[in-house]
Amino acid sequence: MIRLLYFARLREALGTGGETLELPKGVDTLGRLRAHLAGRGAAWAVEMAPARNLRAAVNQDVANPETSLKDGDEVAFFPPVTGG
Amino acid sequence: MVTKWLFFRLSLGGKAMNVRVQEQDFDISAEIAAMRAGSPKIGAIASFVGVVRDVNDGDSVATMTLEHYPGMTEKSIAAIIDQARGRWEVLDALVIHRVGTLKPTDQIVLVIVASAHRGDAFAACEFIMDYLKTQAPFWKKEITPQGGRWVDARATDEQAAGRWEGIKK
Repeated sequence: MIRLLYFARLREALGTGGETLELPKGVDTLGRLRAHLAGRGAAWAVEMAPARNLRAAVNQDVANPETSLKDGDEVAFFPPVTGG
Repeated sequence: MVTKWLFFRLSLGGKAMNVRVQEQDFDISAEIAAMRAGSPKIGAIASFVGVVRDVNDGDSVATMTLEHYPGMTEKSIAAIIDQARGRWEVLDALVIHRVGTLKPTDQIVLVIVASAHRGDAFAACEFIMDYLKTQAPFWKKEITPQGGRWVDARATDEQAAGRWEGIKK
């Protein structure tokens, strides 16, 4: 199982702040996870589309599509940050 | 709360470093006084305070709500302060960032950097702020007469952070 978190505009668009997920077979990188989530269709397809400017973190460190995933990871997707 | 922050400082190897993400307001005078107390090596203190404006992108802003990623936000700011320490002579640094609902004229963020000399303090303070704006996970949602809207990231903030890349200590 991995823990998924969604923040800000993305959280509102998906209608959830997070979930736990059993990593499907073959979904072993952040990029593959994003494609898997986009495959859910509807808002997921829109928000997780490759053209969408999304940032991600694995275990609270900035990650890229090649970052590998393993059981127990905390994975977060979020829009570009706007603090300060 | 005091115990928690004492633990946070100790867990960072006793290095004087502070990162606070909180709903309550802050008092810059009290924070500077605390930083200066018993530290005769400090010769310069630079600070920055970010404040909520009443207009953004041409629309009046009634309130603003700030969201963050608990854990990663603090870690990200601590890493930015560490980068600043690697570039300049920083004796102490503090970042306080507020979350929750704020209104125009409210303070949002405080950065204080103490150094022996002003050059290091000014540069490190600006660097920390530029990196915080583009790297620390915070998101602003404004309430305007047209309703709620998430603030878009600005290219000018990316440029401000990017200009430090070619600048050596």
